[in-house]
Amino acid sequence: MPDWLQLMIDSFPSLLYAGLVFTIPLTLLSFVLGLSLGFVTALTRLYAPLPLVALARFYVWLFRGTPLLVQLFLIFYGLPKVGIVFDPFPAALIGFTLNVGAYSSEIVRAVIESVSRGQWEAAYSIGMSWSQAMRRIILPQATRIAVPPLSNTFIALVKDTSLAAVLTVPELFQAAQRIASTTYEPLVMYTEAALLYLLFSTVLSWGQTRLEQHYGRHATHLGGQS
Amino acid sequence: MSSENYMVQLKNVNKWYGNFHVLKNVNLNVKKGERIVICGPSGSGKSTTIRCINRLEEHHQGEIIVNGITLNNDLKNIESIRRDVGMVFQHFNLFPHLTVLENCCLAPIWVKKVPRREAEATAMRYLEKVKIPDQAKKFPGQLSGGQQQRVAIARALCMNPDVMLFDEPTSALDPEMVKEVLDTMISLAETGMTMLCVTHEMGFAKSVADRVIFMDGGQIVEENEPNEFFNNPQNERTQLFLSQILNH
Repeated sequence: MPDWLQLMIDSFPSLLYAGLVFTIPLTLLSFVLGLSLGFVTALTRLYAPLPLVALARFYVWLFRGTPLLVQLFLIFYGLPKVGIVFDPFPAALIGFTLNVGAYSSEIVRAVIESVSRGQWEAAYSIGMSWSQAMRRIILPQATRIAVPPLSNTFIALVKDTSLAAVLTVPELFQAAQRIASTTYEPLVMYTEAALLYLLFSTVLSWGQTRLEQHYGRHATHLGGQS
Repeated sequence: MSSENYMVQLKNVNKWYGNFHVLKNVNLNVKKGERIVICGPSGSGKSTTIRCINRLEEHHQGEIIVNGITLNNDLKNIESIRRDVGMVFQHFNLFPHLTVLENCCLAPIWVKKVPRREAEATAMRYLEKVKIPDQAKKFPGQLSGGQQQRVAIARALCMNPDVMLFDEPTSALDPEMVKEVLDTMISLAETGMTMLCVTHEMGFAKSVADRVIFMDGGQIVEENEPNEFFNNPQNERTQLFLSQILNH
């Protein structure tokens, strides 16, 4: 067996462990929290009074306009200067959540607005309240449209979690880095890390296809619908 | 006649879109069981008038009274009026992510808190009335336009409304489907339902309407029972409009 293959096999458990214990939980947690934040931000931008709208816009502007790496450094290395100290994992979680929140809020806002006004009117005309219409009529239709763009955000996030390595979170990429520096085999180790990220995002893409099929079951013939 | 006998009353209703005065002192009294057809050129305010009745549009001056309740800005008041007023739209506006049956049951279940089984039985009864019970499990996108509009009528009826508003219900349909929807509306009229229909289907107006109202420029220009309206229109604008739509 060639040396490089032997190294890959030997290091695989460490990388998989780092992936399953840090990369995937960090991805899932920050996606769920970020999407919730994005949802609240989107509703704020669409329906809240003006000062809150301005606040939401400012947040989105700030986090979309600055590099994720800089945001993570500010949270982990910058904030301790003013007495706010986080452990590496929570610092990464906060950074990714705020970042996902900003990006996904734009998606949520767009898909809610893409549902036609006639759907609101029909819901109102049969006596539904705003929240009933939102929950039963608008969101189910918006969700279907949101699956592809949100999957994009999600897959980007899987890969972006590798940035947590610079906050000393022992996730997949950091595990590869550690082994690469002791074995002097960066080509092998980073290839292995890349393959694992590829595996994770491929599995998640399958999830996207399943979700699209689930939400798209009514969308076979949409002709005549406005 | 005392106001209790009126199902819908509009008193000096005015509305503006910005500077554009879209409804000018509209006065209209609709008795229980009365069938009204509203016609007029596009932009005359006829759709806006009926959309004000269930507050899809807000009026700026005057009073709208539905079934004894005066419409105001209170959400509870608006929602309670909407429960009593059914509406059928030009573009159907069925909920595409729900089956035909779910479209019909949704509001009874969530708004009126009717048990699901009871709501489904009621929905099936109305789907039979509009002659499409066999499509109950399909999604709206799998139905023809005429079928979708009949589902929309059934969906509105499932709330057991006191008044039905029709906003150009046949305008978006292929010609061969107009009749099936009109037949449904005619049989609904025969049950004694109070109806306000914005439509250019003059055959429907002649056979069903108690009164035909002609609007132009945001005003009610003329109103009369159908025979007089069609045979002996008084206003110049009504005469012009009728000559345009009847002699093409």
